Amino acid sequence: MNILFALLSGLVFGFGLIVSGMTDPAKVLGFLDLGGAWDPSLALVMGGAIAVGLVAFGIAKRRTVSFLGLPMQMPAARQIDRRLVLGGLTFGVGWGLAGICPGPALVLLGRGLPQGVIFVVAMLAGMALFEILERRKSKTPIVFHQPGRSPS
Amino acid sequence: MTIDWAGFTPYSALAGGLLIGLAAAIFALFSGRIAGISGIVGGLLRPKGGDIAWRVAFVLGLLAAPWVFATVAPLPVSRIDAGTGTLIVAGLLVGIGTRYGAGCTSGHGVCGLSRLSPRSLVATGAFMAAGFATVFVVRHLFA
Repeated sequence: MNILFALLSGLVFGFGLIVSGMTDPAKVLGFLDLGGAWDPSLALVMGGAIAVGLVAFGIAKRRTVSFLGLPMQMPAARQIDRRLVLGGLTFGVGWGLAGICPGPALVLLGRGLPQGVIFVVAMLAGMALFEILERRKSKTPIVFHQPGRSPS
Repeated sequence: MTIDWAGFTPYSALAGGLLIGLAAAIFALFSGRIAGISGIVGGLLRPKGGDIAWRVAFVLGLLAAPWVFATVAPLPVSRIDAGTGTLIVAGLLVGIGTRYGAGCTSGHGVCGLSRLSPRSLVATGAFMAAGFATVFVVRHLFA
């Protein structure tokens, strides 16, 4: 049942990305281009998504199990550290270069666009590099600071 | 700043946003998890028992979305101006950055802000600022 809801959620998410214009990198770059002819559309995408999200996560916060009886696994990490900021900045530079973030990348791949294939392969390589660096670090015997990671 | 009124699509943007919110709501309330794409995909590279199937299902839903969509309405255009080199560099940065920052536009930008998480607000501010700055440099400093 959980698998079915994950599939449905991915599908609806993909529909939202397509309808909103997020899968058109030229439009995304139009939003990020404050110095040119600015297209404010994507602010409304965020606004619409957060309007629904505020209600949903408000309900989620008061529950310990989901409607399917599964444990609620909301992120517990609280600390605002260098990792969070540098990671966000790095992601933002990549986003600004191509106008593609992870969700739309997968939709472009699903469409079979060669650019989608190239981007997703590179993105997976970046994620794999992170895993390798993390694994190497976790072998270091002294850990002064254990950064929390949220599943987002 | 000038506004691109011709390119401004408020209704489809809002409708798409509501759908994205709905997807995040379904995932949070039924699966009990954050619909963060980079985290869902990244978790596949760190396999744990019982943790694979739902990730694969979510990704399959995203991959299938354009096909299912095309049966209902024509797919909107996806104009990609970036060349192969740019796509590779951008993809690498997005991959490593979203994992270090523990989230992307969906996990921090949509779910995190909806949860009123200060951590996600900082992350969203960081990637938005870097996105704005990058486009400014590429389009207006080097153009």
